Amino acid sequence: MLSYTAPSTVEEAVRILAGASGPAKVLSGGTDLLVQLRSGRAKPDLIVDIKNISGISDIREQDGVFIIGAATPGAVIGECEALRQAWPGVVEAAKLIGSTQVQGRASLAGNLCNASPAADSVPALIAARATCVVAGAKGRREVPVESIPTGPGRTCLRPDEFIVEFHLPKRPPHSADTYLRFIPRTEMDIAVVGVGVSVTLDTRGVCTEASVVLGAVAPTAILVPEAAAALVGHNCDETALSELEQAARRACKPINDKRGTIEYRTKVAGVMARRAAVIAYERAEERR
Amino acid sequence: MSKYHISTTINGEPAEFLCEAQQTLLDVLRDELHLTGSKEGCSSGDCGACSVTVDGRLVCSCLMLAVEAEGHSIETIEGMAQGQDLHPLQRKFLEHAALQCGFCTPGVLVAAKALLDRNPNPTETETRYWLAGNLCRCTGYDKIIRAVLDAAAELRGA
Ligand SMILES: Cc1cc2nc3c(=O)[nH]c(=O)nc-3n(C[C@H](O)[C@H](O)[C@H](O)COP(=O)(O)OP(=O)(O)OC[C@H]3O[C@@H](n4cnc5c(N)ncnc54)[C@H](O)[C@@H]3O)c2cc1C
Ligand code: FES
Ligand code: FES
Repeated sequence: MLSYTAPSTVEEAVRILAGASGPAKVLSGGTDLLVQLRSGRAKPDLIVDIKNISGISDIREQDGVFIIGAATPGAVIGECEALRQAWPGVVEAAKLIGSTQVQGRASLAGNLCNASPAADSVPALIAARATCVVAGAKGRREVPVESIPTGPGRTCLRPDEFIVEFHLPKRPPHSADTYLRFIPRTEMDIAVVGVGVSVTLDTRGVCTEASVVLGAVAPTAILVPEAAAALVGHNCDETALSELEQAARRACKPINDKRGTIEYRTKVAGVMARRAAVIAYERAEERR
Repeated sequence: MSKYHISTTINGEPAEFLCEAQQTLLDVLRDELHLTGSKEGCSSGDCGACSVTVDGRLVCSCLMLAVEAEGHSIETIEGMAQGQDLHPLQRKFLEHAALQCGFCTPGVLVAAKALLDRNPNPTETETRYWLAGNLCRCTGYDKIIRAVLDAAAELRGA
């Protein structure tokens, strides 16, 4: 028999999760969890809906740091103009999740903790060097987004823990990010490859800092430092881009499935990394 | 068996119901409240036939637990016409023959209304993307898009 509860504070939610006698599931937008409840893939005794916790579905800015509540739906993220200015890549990734209807509910925490290798917002969050605040019986800890998923459908969170919010760090000037995904259709599909790129330029337009993250080509989204290193010290020139492309391909450890073969995914990852880098660079240039 | 007592607003009227934790909002709308306009096409968020708005946001009622409706305001297709007066979107769907079997139509109408409430003058591309989560296996979509754009024009007084 399934029970449901909707605590109104983080502490209460942690107490309930820590005290649960059987398997419990945290509920944000439910766009993954409800499908899994129905198919029987998830069989919790208890659902802990976090949406009654104040601030959990809001976006705030504090000294240049953007704080996005764990359960904030994609539609709300897409409507936040200040966030879009600062982090266009994170916003475009969140907005790619599902249809308008799914956007009305789907959250970053759900996307991350569902731990699909193809989750769209995750490469963008990692490229942004975002962190998340995890609450649990032992208090709160702030960890990098990439430390949460450990494999398809698995996270490092303990049963008493859940994500409260995401932090996007203060942006140096002339910075921008991008998320691109490749799908065989134009809408409503799962990424064959996803790429998040974030760059910072100096006053001459030379890249001083970069991060490149690939999705859907390994058990989790992966940071590719070699690909980022190819951009740093360059002007988005052909040398940098072809090195980036090769580094991205070398980092791929994809599977064969109906959306693409290993060979195809590896090739597309290089192409998408190059395109994403060019867009991130152009956006950063506009800010120069 | 413990049931949850839920108080909501549905189509502007206060509504209360009893439900179990695993029941979706769609289950309760159809089976408990007998609001059968919202359809169940897939129960996995893919088809949009179950579209409703919650506090003005378009959602799939099959992807929301009924218990989550506590304290929120829900609009369904049953709230669209005012008595005998069809909403302009509904009229335009008839004029343009934007439906055949009609199974997708309530969801498409609710979704289209959510679009026009937000953006009275959408482009064709914006309309097509907005409705990408509403599947129709009969019309080929074109007449749906024409009807929505025509209704938008009428509502703007154009
Ligand atoms: C039609 C459809 C299309 C979709 N398209 C896409 C797509 O294009 N791209 C994409 O990436 N995904 C897609 N998805 C999957 C899904 O919508 C996303 O993964 C979404 O971001 C999940 O967020 P949620 O808030 O709905 O998660 P929920 O369903 O609430 O939760 C998902 C998982 O995360 C856990 N969880 C939720 N919140 C927390 C928290 N705060 N702390 C710890 N654990 C938590 C839950 O227990 C559950 O295991 C689609 C789904 C549907 C139904
Ligand atoms: S029944 Fe809800 S989306 Fe198909
Ligand atoms: S009219 Fe038959 S599914 Fe759309």
